[in-house]
Amino acid sequence: MAREAELRIREQLSRLRSLPLLRGARLEGELERLQRQLERIVAEPSDEEIWRSVELARNADRPYTLDYVERLLEDWFELHGDRAHGDDAAVVAGLGRFRGRTVVLVGNQKGRDVKERTDRNFGMAYPEGYGKAMRAMELANRHGFPVISLVDIPGAYPGVTAEEHGQGGAIARSQALMARLRVPIVTCIIGEGGSGGAIATALADRVLMQENAIYTVISPEGCAAILWRDAGEAQKAAAAFKPDAGHCLELGVIDAIVAEPDGGAHTNADEAARLLGDALAESIELFDGLAGDDLRRQRRVRFRTIGQLSTTA
Amino acid sequence: MSERIDVSIEHRHAPPEDGGRPHPNTCPGCGSHYRDDELDANLRVCPQCGHHFPVHARERIRQLADNDSFAEEAAELRSDDPLDFFDLRPYTERLAEAELSTGLGEAMVIGHAAIEELPCELAVMEFGFMGGSMGRIVGEKFARACESATERGVPLVSVTASGGARMQEGILSLMQLPKTVCAVEDLHDSGGTMISVMAHPTTAGVLASFASLGDVLLAEPGALLSFTGPRVVQQTTREKLPDNFGRAESNYRHGHVDQIVPRPELRATVARLLRLFSSNGA
Repeated sequence: MAREAELRIREQLSRLRSLPLLRGARLEGELERLQRQLERIVAEPSDEEIWRSVELARNADRPYTLDYVERLLEDWFELHGDRAHGDDAAVVAGLGRFRGRTVVLVGNQKGRDVKERTDRNFGMAYPEGYGKAMRAMELANRHGFPVISLVDIPGAYPGVTAEEHGQGGAIARSQALMARLRVPIVTCIIGEGGSGGAIATALADRVLMQENAIYTVISPEGCAAILWRDAGEAQKAAAAFKPDAGHCLELGVIDAIVAEPDGGAHTNADEAARLLGDALAESIELFDGLAGDDLRRQRRVRFRTIGQLSTTA
Repeated sequence: MSERIDVSIEHRHAPPEDGGRPHPNTCPGCGSHYRDDELDANLRVCPQCGHHFPVHARERIRQLADNDSFAEEAAELRSDDPLDFFDLRPYTERLAEAELSTGLGEAMVIGHAAIEELPCELAVMEFGFMGGSMGRIVGEKFARACESATERGVPLVSVTASGGARMQEGILSLMQLPKTVCAVEDLHDSGGTMISVMAHPTTAGVLASFASLGDVLLAEPGALLSFTGPRVVQQTTREKLPDNFGRAESNYRHGHVDQIVPRPELRATVARLLRLFSSNGA
């Protein structure tokens, strides 16, 4: 598996090197990015390195969605409410100008201090949050705006009211909506990509992941509690299910890794935002000129064939 | 039916099997105990209190489909171990054990069938195979069932019983959510119908993907249909759980399923729906 991904990136690298520098610095950036990805793949991360990703992804100083919005979008206009029950502060949605074009951005939002954390429910969305995201994405579809979704969620909120309001159905319908959109969707996992809560807004044309983000089917603690019958074995669980960006790329779950400043995104939010902004802009440009129907057909094929066993291909 | 001997009195509180777990044929609702053939004759519903016992995939197909109408597809597919996953035991060992104990290659069985002579495609989950968890092969089989339904222009009937995504395939299991969602969307775009029958339990990743996307959502009485299970909700939030938390009846009250259908009426109900959807005005 590692070999395949390595070959693919080496091929991309050599192709890029032989190209005349038509697009100047942008291409330089691409080269550098691919080189870094290659290094990550060739060096199989140790269990400790995987756990460091988990810790960095959860670092309390890590930039959250609104930190990137502030740095990347002009004229941000936030949309509130799902038009049915309420406004879930764990999900933000809005319109803004990103490098000259209007986009809709949806993202998970954790809180910085105790009060904000409580208000935003530690970033754990209710069905109302997915309702708001869906409403914003429908708006994008009506007006032909690309969608950027930033994922940073420990998991959808596991509470009585959330269940009574239909948590499972909301996550399913949000994905179904994304499968129908005729505008480009680019997702980046910027912290914790926690299970169903994350995939609800991650059915995208292109899925990116920051270097120290994690993308998991269940939290390491949850997995440890079930399989090891001890939540304290989270480190072992994480090593076993490999939630780090390198492995996600190798498994074909994501399309590219977005570099972070040395030491992690929290050490320099401005630089982290610049790197993220470049990657998002490049990704959106990939889909310029593609007809909406083709776009969504490709999107569905992407998920139809993701991680397919060779025997079933 | 008339030959059935009611043993509920003498076997009430039948001695627990090993380790104090109640015998699988002892009704958790009323304590009545049954022989296998008694339960089978009653579609595995307790004649005393109406509790719905779990139904294995093969038996579910026998209950729903016309005799000899079922032709299985993709039976040869088997999971591999993409992450070399090892918890207390290797994943490959768990897979082999599940296959031995269920006689199935994976936690889902798909194929052509007819219900009251109406052709359809069936996708039926087996909870006994690693908790009905969805890994790559379950996702693949479901997607193929959608494609097969589209090709033949027949409705898809899915019967779910699952604890959610399969942890042992890590992030690739999570990817089965969007994969199955896209498959349903393709089916719907081609004008196809999907009837979703949610049996106990339909939770987490399966509830949060294809099971919730049927044109009509049916539930079996008492089935747990929740994204997060009661134990985890209780532990995380310390909230007092309401009676019937996450059960079919609660989901019905909150508007998340169309009807709760007792098992003896399921075949006729699905057939009625197939008939209604077959005469489209187009």
